[in-house]
Amino acid sequence: MNFDADLLARLQFAFTIAFHIIFPSFTIGLASFLAVLEGLWLTTRRPVFRNLYLFWVKVFALSFGMGVVSGVVMSYEIGTNWAEFAKASAPVIGPLLAFEVLTAFFLEASFLGVMLFGWRRVGPGLHFLATLLVAVGTLVSAFWIISANSWMQHPTGFVELADGSLRATDWMAVIFSPTFASRFVHMSLAAYLTTALAVGAASAWALLKDDDQPESRMALRMAIGMFAIVAPLQLLAGHESGKMVLEHQPLKTAAIEAYWRTGPDQPQSLVGLPDRDAGKTHLEVAVPGVGNLIQGVPKDRVLQGLDAFPRADWPVVGLVYWSFRLMVGLGLAMIALGGWGAWLMARKRLDQSVWFLRAAVAMGPAGFVAVIAGWIVAEVGRQPWTIYGVLRTADSASPVGAGQVSASLLAFMVIYAIVFSAGAVYILRLIDKGPEPGPEPLPSGDGRAPGTALAAVPPEPEA
Amino acid sequence: MTLDLPLIWAGLIAVAVLLYVLLDGFDLGVGILFPFAKSPKDRDAMMNSIAPVWDGNETWLVLGGGGLFAAFPLAYGVLAPALYLPLILMLLALILRGVAFEFRLHGRQRGKAFWTAAFAGGSLLATVAQGLVLGGFIQGVVVRDGRFAGQPFDWLTPYSLLVAAGLVAGYALLGACWLVWKTEDELHGDARRWAWISGAATAGLLAAVSVATLIVHPRVAARWGFEGGHFSQNLLPFLPIPILGAAGLLIVAEGLRRREHGMPYAGAALVFLSGYLGLAVGFFPYIVPYAVDFRMAANADNALALMLVGVGVMLPLILGYTAWVYWLFRGKVWGDAGYH
Repeated sequence: MNFDADLLARLQFAFTIAFHIIFPSFTIGLASFLAVLEGLWLTTRRPVFRNLYLFWVKVFALSFGMGVVSGVVMSYEIGTNWAEFAKASAPVIGPLLAFEVLTAFFLEASFLGVMLFGWRRVGPGLHFLATLLVAVGTLVSAFWIISANSWMQHPTGFVELADGSLRATDWMAVIFSPTFASRFVHMSLAAYLTTALAVGAASAWALLKDDDQPESRMALRMAIGMFAIVAPLQLLAGHESGKMVLEHQPLKTAAIEAYWRTGPDQPQSLVGLPDRDAGKTHLEVAVPGVGNLIQGVPKDRVLQGLDAFPRADWPVVGLVYWSFRLMVGLGLAMIALGGWGAWLMARKRLDQSVWFLRAAVAMGPAGFVAVIAGWIVAEVGRQPWTIYGVLRTADSASPVGAGQVSASLLAFMVIYAIVFSAGAVYILRLIDKGPEPGPEPLPSGDGRAPGTALAAVPPEPEA
Repeated sequence: MTLDLPLIWAGLIAVAVLLYVLLDGFDLGVGILFPFAKSPKDRDAMMNSIAPVWDGNETWLVLGGGGLFAAFPLAYGVLAPALYLPLILMLLALILRGVAFEFRLHGRQRGKAFWTAAFAGGSLLATVAQGLVLGGFIQGVVVRDGRFAGQPFDWLTPYSLLVAAGLVAGYALLGACWLVWKTEDELHGDARRWAWISGAATAGLLAAVSVATLIVHPRVAARWGFEGGHFSQNLLPFLPIPILGAAGLLIVAEGLRRREHGMPYAGAALVFLSGYLGLAVGFFPYIVPYAVDFRMAANADNALALMLVGVGVMLPLILGYTAWVYWLFRGKVWGDAGYH
C-alpha cells in the first residue's frame, strides 16, 4: 500500500460518504415530518395537512431513493477500499452494522413501498403505520451507524488478543460507548434542523410569490417552531459532544480551537489562518482568557495543545478549525432565525415580513452545509486513526493500487454529479411548484369514508 | 449442546444471497427487457410492477455485503479487493437504475428518455458486473497472508464473461416470468415471448457454463466425479441438482405453453436454485475459492452468537412483512399505481 492509493481511498470515502450523508440527514427529519402531517390529518381532518403530506412525500421519495443507492455503496466500499479495517473491526462492530440492516434497512425499504404505492391498498390507519415505521426505521438506522462510528472514535468494551485481533468483551460498552449518547442526539437534532430549514425555505419561497397559501403558511409555522426549539437545544447537544471530545480526543479539541501550546487559561480563537507547518495561527482574532470557560472547564485547568502530540499525528488543523467555525456559525444563525420567526409569529406579522421570508430561503441549504462541516470536524479531526488509538488509517486500507482507486473515484464523481444535479433540479422544480390544494374529500358512497387518507387519491380503475 | 456458529452463518449468508438473486433478479431482469417494450405505456406498467418492491429486494444485497463483513470478515476483506472493479461497476450501475424509478417520473422529455435509458443500461450493467463477480469468484482468488495478492484484472476471463452472459439471460428469464405473472393484454403477450427466448438462452448458457466449469476448474470437476474425461459414481449424490434445473426449465416451458400466469416464475426460480446449488457444491467449504474455507474466515464466536440472536428475532419478522408487502401488491399491475 503506498501513500497515493491511501490518500485516494480516503478522498473516495470522504466523497461518497459526504454525498450520502446529505440524504439521510434530510430523510430522517422528513420521515418524522410526514408522520406528524399524516397524524394531524387523520386527527384534525384539515385538508392542509393532507396536501402538505402529498407534496412532501414526493420530495421524500426522490431523496430517499438517492439515499438508498448511495448507501449501498458504503456497505461494499468498506471492503473494496478498507479491507484491513474491515478485518480488524468486524469482531467488534460487525454485529452493529448487521443489526442496522436487520432492524432498519428492511423496515424502511419494505414500508416505503406501502407508503408511496399503498394508498389504494391499505386503510388510513395502516398507511399511517407504514409512514411511522419508515420514520422509526430512519432513526434506528442512525442509532446503529452512530453507535459504530462512536466506537471508532472512542473504542471501549473490547480487548486486543495476543495475535493483535480484537474481541468484544462487553457488548453494552461497545454499543453505548461513552461518546455515543451525545453524538446520537447531536446527529438526530441536526437531521431535524436540516429538514426544518429546507421545509421553511420552500414554504417561504412559495409565500414570497403568493402569500395566500394555507399549506405554505402552515409549513412555515411548523418549521419556525422547530428552529426556535431545536436550534438552541442543538447548541447544548453540541456543547455536550464537545466536552466528550475534550475528554476523549484532546488532540481533536486542540485542532478545533487551534491550541498550539499546552497550558491553562487558553485563549478563544475566533478566526484566523492556522498554519500547521509553522505551528501558529496567522491573522488571528482571539479573546484571551475565555477558552477554558467555553470548554466548560475551570480556568486553571491545563488543556493540551497540539504540541503535546507527535507532529505526525496532527490532523489537517486548518480544515478542522474552519469546518467547526462554519458549523457553529450556521448553528447560531439558525437560532437567530428561530428567534426572529417566533417573535414575528407572536406579533402576527410573519407573512408580511418579506425580509424574514428571504432570510428563511437563504438559510435553506444551511443544514446540509452544517452537517457536512460537522462530519469533517468529527472525521478529519480524529485522523490519523480509523479506530482511535488502535488502528491507523495507513494500516486500514486494502491492497489495491492507486490506478483502480483513482479510476473508481473518477467514475463516482461523474455518476454522482449527474445524479445529484438531476435530483436537485427535480426537487427544486417540485418546490418551485409548491403544494397543490387537493380535491375536496370525495362524497361518501364509494365505499370509503370522506376525509380519510384514502380520499386523497382517485378511486382505483376497474380491474 | 454447542452450535456450529460458522456453519449456521454460512447457511444464512447463502440463503440471503439466494433470496437476493431470486428477488432483485426479476427486477433487474425487467430492466434488461425494458428496451424491448413496444410503448411508453408498457414501460410504465413494467416499472410499476416492481416499483413498490425493488428497494426491499436490493436490501438483500446489503445484507449479503454487510453480512459477509460481519460474519466472515476475512472473506469480505479478501473478496472485495479481489473483485474491486466489477463491484464498483455494479454499485455505479445500481445507482443509475435505482434513482431512475423516481427520476423518470419527474424528467421532462429529454430527462425521461435519459432515465429510461439509465434504467435499462444500469440494470444490464449491474447484471453483467454481478456475473463477472460470480465468475471471478468461482475461478478462485490469489491469497497470501490473509490478503488478496492477485492482479486487478484476474476476474476478467472468457469463463467469467460466459458466466456474465448466463446471468443476463437468467435475470431476463426471471423478469419475463414476473411480467407474465403481473401484466395483462399485449404486454403480457410480449412477456411470454421474452420468456421463451430468454428461457432458451438460459438453458443453453447454463449448459455451457456447466461444461466450462468442469473443463476449466478441475477441482470442481473432481467434486462432481468428473475425472479423466468421464463421470464416476461420485456424481450420483449430486445428480438431483441438474435434474432440478431441467425440471425447472420444463416447468417454465409447460407453464408458457399452457398459458399459466404464475407457473413460469416458479419454474425459473427452480432453475436458479439448481444453478446456485450446483455452484455451491463445487466450492464448499471454501468461502474464498480455493484459499480460505468458511471456518477460517469466520468472525469471533461471541460476535456470531450475538448476531444469531438478532437474526433469530428479526429474520422471521423481515420475511413476514416482506411476504405481506408482496401479498398487498398482488394481482395484475395497474397503469397508474403511483402516488404522483
